[in-house]
Amino acid sequence: MKTRVRNIYLIPYVLWIVIFVIAPILLVVYYSFLDLDGNFTLSNYQTFFTPVYLKMTLNSFWYAFLITAFSLLIAYPTAYLLTKTKYKQLWLLLIILPSWINLLLKAYAFLGIFGTYGFANAMLEVFGIGKKQILFTDFSFIFVSVYIFIPFMILPIFNAIDKLNPSLIDASRDLGGSAWTTFRRVVFPLTIDGVKSGCQVVFIPALSLFMLTRLIAGNRVITLGTAVEQHFLVTQNWGMGATIAVFLIIIMVFIMFLTGNRKRGVL
Amino acid sequence: MKKMKLSNIYLFIVFIVLYAPIFYLMFYSFNSGGKMYHFESFTFDWYRELFQDTRLLIIVLNTVIIALLSSAISTVLGVFGAIAIWYVRKNYRKNLLLSLNNVLIVSPDVIIGASFLIMFTVLGIKLGFTSVLLSHIAFSVPIVVIMVLPKLQEMGSSLIDAAQDLGAGRREILTKVILPYITPGIFAGFFMALTYSLDDFAVTFFVTGNGFSTLSVEIYSLARRGISLNINALSTLLFLFTIILVIGYYFIVTKRNGRAVGLGARK
Repeated sequence: MKTRVRNIYLIPYVLWIVIFVIAPILLVVYYSFLDLDGNFTLSNYQTFFTPVYLKMTLNSFWYAFLITAFSLLIAYPTAYLLTKTKYKQLWLLLIILPSWINLLLKAYAFLGIFGTYGFANAMLEVFGIGKKQILFTDFSFIFVSVYIFIPFMILPIFNAIDKLNPSLIDASRDLGGSAWTTFRRVVFPLTIDGVKSGCQVVFIPALSLFMLTRLIAGNRVITLGTAVEQHFLVTQNWGMGATIAVFLIIIMVFIMFLTGNRKRGVL
Repeated sequence: MKKMKLSNIYLFIVFIVLYAPIFYLMFYSFNSGGKMYHFESFTFDWYRELFQDTRLLIIVLNTVIIALLSSAISTVLGVFGAIAIWYVRKNYRKNLLLSLNNVLIVSPDVIIGASFLIMFTVLGIKLGFTSVLLSHIAFSVPIVVIMVLPKLQEMGSSLIDAAQDLGAGRREILTKVILPYITPGIFAGFFMALTYSLDDFAVTFFVTGNGFSTLSVEIYSLARRGISLNINALSTLLFLFTIILVIGYYFIVTKRNGRAVGLGARK
């Protein structure tokens, strides 16, 4: 009886897994071995290990690292202070709300703010610094990326700090720990899981951003994601695109392993 | 006391920065000057233009239809998936299913988009409405599963056993015990799928082909051409719509749960 019940629910779901999870991954791997004429080859992998692509990978990592680091730097205090507010769930919702606004619109807004006559330059003039080229620079790219990822970093950290037992902090202070020691030895280690999952949800997408690199960084920054998009939709070299995608998948699995995905379920 | 003030200032700045771009956009949607700087005078022209732009209205309609259809279908599939996972008793099988479930949540959009593009081409599915709909269903299913599964776990199996002892059949157990109990989770999953679908850019961009467009893709191509204030007008309307959606979601989730569940990153 139970076996029959189980099988019936599994049929549509497993079908979905096979078609949309397993098949696409296998197809990407398969295509990574095809050249432009559809012949089987290892040349894509050879190309990936040339300086051009290795440098791009390194660059991509560097930008993703910077984005993650800045997000963490801003998000941790925010999450911490949020847990101390009255009505913290409401404040949290308000922090999360902008992340539900279409990403493209937020990026588009920065075209105006960072533009030659935009708000940012107007402010710079007020402070006597004068107009600067802000759009299409590394700064604007990282700023906008951090802006977009901050809510996703705040959420897991908030949940981790919120679960922290306050008596542990009291104990540390009673035993003579300074505020900094308490943070370093008690609070931070106990909320490291939230930090890890925050880094995970920021770093992986940051590696593969492509529309921000085009809109905000003016094609100056080329990440792995940009390269995949370029090969699939512009140069039509699907084999090479798939090869880069394979490496992105490998990196993704590695990072998930590194940041420990022990707690399954809700991100 | 002084410290308290400092922390409030910090939170205040974070809030300002998070909301500034959105309000910047909204503010200039009323600018008769036609630029995202130098506010000339108040006008509704851009809204008027927006409502006369038949092409854009069709795209909005497409986006809404895709979102509603995909979230409805993925909710059904996701509920099946959650029940299927819940019925699986062997731990390693359960973990395997959960891992496969989460693949599409943690994968970068670029990889999802590229691999689906390959798959639709291999299967001979024409790029356009069908391919976009299928992709949106595909990436929404795991989200629904994740929203519904905790409800099932909360329910436990004793209710099912009791129903079985009282002579309920499989269909009765599903419609009279399981579904009513997990309804809040189902609604939350549906809303989440809806917002993910409305928000998605990268995956859609890959599988959309020529001739079919959703709002995100359209905004991207408009933004690449530069600033036009009907995008601002559109974003103002979308912002209001999103707020309504979020409030709806918040009430549904908190009514029963007392607490809104977090969301993952969509890039």
